[in-house]
Amino acid sequence: MAIERVRMAELPADERSRNFEEVNLGLSADQALDEARRCLQCKNRACVAGCPVGVSIPEFIDALANDDLPRSVQILRGDNALPAVCGRVCPQETQCEALCVRGIKGEAVAIGFLERYVADWAMHHPDRLLRDQAPAATGKSVAVVGCGPAGLTAAGELARQGHAVTIFEALHDTGGVLRYGIPEFRLPKEIIDQEVAILSDLGVTIECNVIIGKTLTIKELQNEFDAVFIANGAGLPTMLGIAGENLKGVYAANEFLTRVNLMEAGRREDSSTPIIKRREVAVIGGGNTAMDCVRTARRLGAERAMIVYRRSETEMPARVEEIKHAKEEGVEFVMLTAPTAILGTEDGWVSALRCQKMELGPPDDSGRRRPQPLAGSDFDLPAGVVINAVGTSANPLLTGSAPDLDLNKWGNIVINEQGETSIPGVFAGGDIVRGGATVILAMGDGKRAAAAIGDYLKRK
Amino acid sequence: MFEVLSNELLAENLHKMVVSAPRVARARKPGQFVMIRLAQGEERIPLTIGDADAEAGTITLFIQAIGASTRRIVDTKAGAFIRDVAGPLGKETHITNWGRVVCVGGGVGTAVLYPLVKALAQAGNQITTIIGGRSSQYIILADELAALSDTLLITTEDASLGTKGFVTGPLAEMLADPLRVPQAVFAVGPVPMMKAVAELTRKQGIETIVSLNPIMIDGTGMCGGCRVQVGSEIKFACVDGPEFDAHLVDFDGLNDRLTSYRKEEAVCRSAAECKIGREVAK
Repeated sequence: MAIERVRMAELPADERSRNFEEVNLGLSADQALDEARRCLQCKNRACVAGCPVGVSIPEFIDALANDDLPRSVQILRGDNALPAVCGRVCPQETQCEALCVRGIKGEAVAIGFLERYVADWAMHHPDRLLRDQAPAATGKSVAVVGCGPAGLTAAGELARQGHAVTIFEALHDTGGVLRYGIPEFRLPKEIIDQEVAILSDLGVTIECNVIIGKTLTIKELQNEFDAVFIANGAGLPTMLGIAGENLKGVYAANEFLTRVNLMEAGRREDSSTPIIKRREVAVIGGGNTAMDCVRTARRLGAERAMIVYRRSETEMPARVEEIKHAKEEGVEFVMLTAPTAILGTEDGWVSALRCQKMELGPPDDSGRRRPQPLAGSDFDLPAGVVINAVGTSANPLLTGSAPDLDLNKWGNIVINEQGETSIPGVFAGGDIVRGGATVILAMGDGKRAAAAIGDYLKRK
Repeated sequence: MFEVLSNELLAENLHKMVVSAPRVARARKPGQFVMIRLAQGEERIPLTIGDADAEAGTITLFIQAIGASTRRIVDTKAGAFIRDVAGPLGKETHITNWGRVVCVGGGVGTAVLYPLVKALAQAGNQITTIIGGRSSQYIILADELAALSDTLLITTEDASLGTKGFVTGPLAEMLADPLRVPQAVFAVGPVPMMKAVAELTRKQGIETIVSLNPIMIDGTGMCGGCRVQVGSEIKFACVDGPEFDAHLVDFDGLNDRLTSYRKEEAVCRSAAECKIGREVAK
């Protein structure tokens, strides 16, 4: 009889919706072993093809199944610079697990859970880890712009190749979107600290408070380093283009999340950064960022925390798990609804979101059914805080200072198949190339670019 | 870590701090600002770079202590450190030789005005600088500005120094005088002052530039907190500004957004041992 896919324990919804503790509690040793033994060890490794960083999935699971955790860690970390992060925030259900042979007749192996288990075990057992031989120093240096998932991944790979790597980060702390964007209840900050510490042990230098394009230019980096990797992330919010966006109580997702995650507003008694809290909070959008905002609003005390989305739940880009968790925590889903204006009080505070009901028409360019307004369906949704989570545009700070850098019409950096930009020796990846995407796609970019940079430095 | 090299009290609650920040000092242009965070757990505050010495690797900051966070910053003694200084941010001031220029400064805005006056003087402009405050003790940098300007005019609301009244008084006189009317006006100060200046120069269509200081979190083109309505567009002060065409800025909207955290500020001021604070560093 087939063993069923493991279920991970979670904090009860009514408890967790009032705090910022991590929701998913991880697997026990027995659970992890049983789950690892569900892996069929397929010869064609379909799952690996679904992983943007190409983790040797059957191999790390095999070592785990044989109770050889140190070996499992070595395999996993060899392929993935941030396994404890990926084990938590990757959409495995549409990547590795979607291709798992077990999934054809039953449920896929819980690859993400196992990745998290192995990575967490490594953090708690530093004395049991196998030491990789330190690579011979190549004498070459690489500057990495941005300390988010793409930059950290590239830095790890390049350090393992023996290059001297310096990461320049614009904010005062490491992690990029992992720290300012993803809430603690999905990704505890100590996990980021530990993953960053592993890179520091590899010899990677991190300099915070350096804004490339402002503090230093790309040209200056080229003079000082043998190659450059740009991964400075996403930029300014895309505005909704409706009336009332400048009312008090209207946040862009990045501001709301940065206040709470990076600056600890509303989470620590003595945080010196404030946040506006209201009983009714409406979050516009249907992606993971929207889910992060609405679940954060709920934890800050909102009685009605609402997702307002113009299509239906099936079209939502957010992970199924995030939607499920949000619902369990009491988040309301106001579907097929588009905002047409933000209404305010006389003294300039948000009071409601004026909305229009939508219906789904034929598919559009994205392949999803296009929402169309239903005439005469206007209604007002009371809200004291409105959060715009519809997306971001390219950050102009770096690109604006480097006229030789080719950009596309949205301001994103153009790269070739090797990840190289129009400036020789300068590579790029992550959101500054893709626009808004996921952590793992950014990491995939970082890994590919690191390989290309390695080749470039050999030729140089 | 960034060492505070000197910390001098210029006027009530107004400090001049020289901070070691070699990279910022080297890259900085007039009109730009830094984000500073005193220590772990403190908020990020935007401050205009008042002056810089690339060779010495230092920047000068003028800081008005009006709330808990800025008070803690100005309490930092020479020899102590500021944890984070990031910049220079924002666009540099467009400096050219306009001919006759009027520079208007109100309160701590006078400190923001100082690097502009310096750059405008270097570009060969004929400068009249008008600075104002509630009372003589709020008038700062008068000697420094007088040295750079052809004419320095001072106004105070209580007539304790210079002419009684507001900075708009002498400006209106100049606008009415064909021999003294300027080709460009720069104004930095409280929002109502900048609005009043914009209204005065609008009719004659005199190019008027204001430097805005809206609420900012990251300051690096990410959060969108510093958005301002400029004409038909929403602009972001951290990447598109901080200087804008005064005739296009929605000052009322800006002023209103600056009150977003007034309640928290009040809590902060009333508490003896203030821990929760937010101020608009203005």
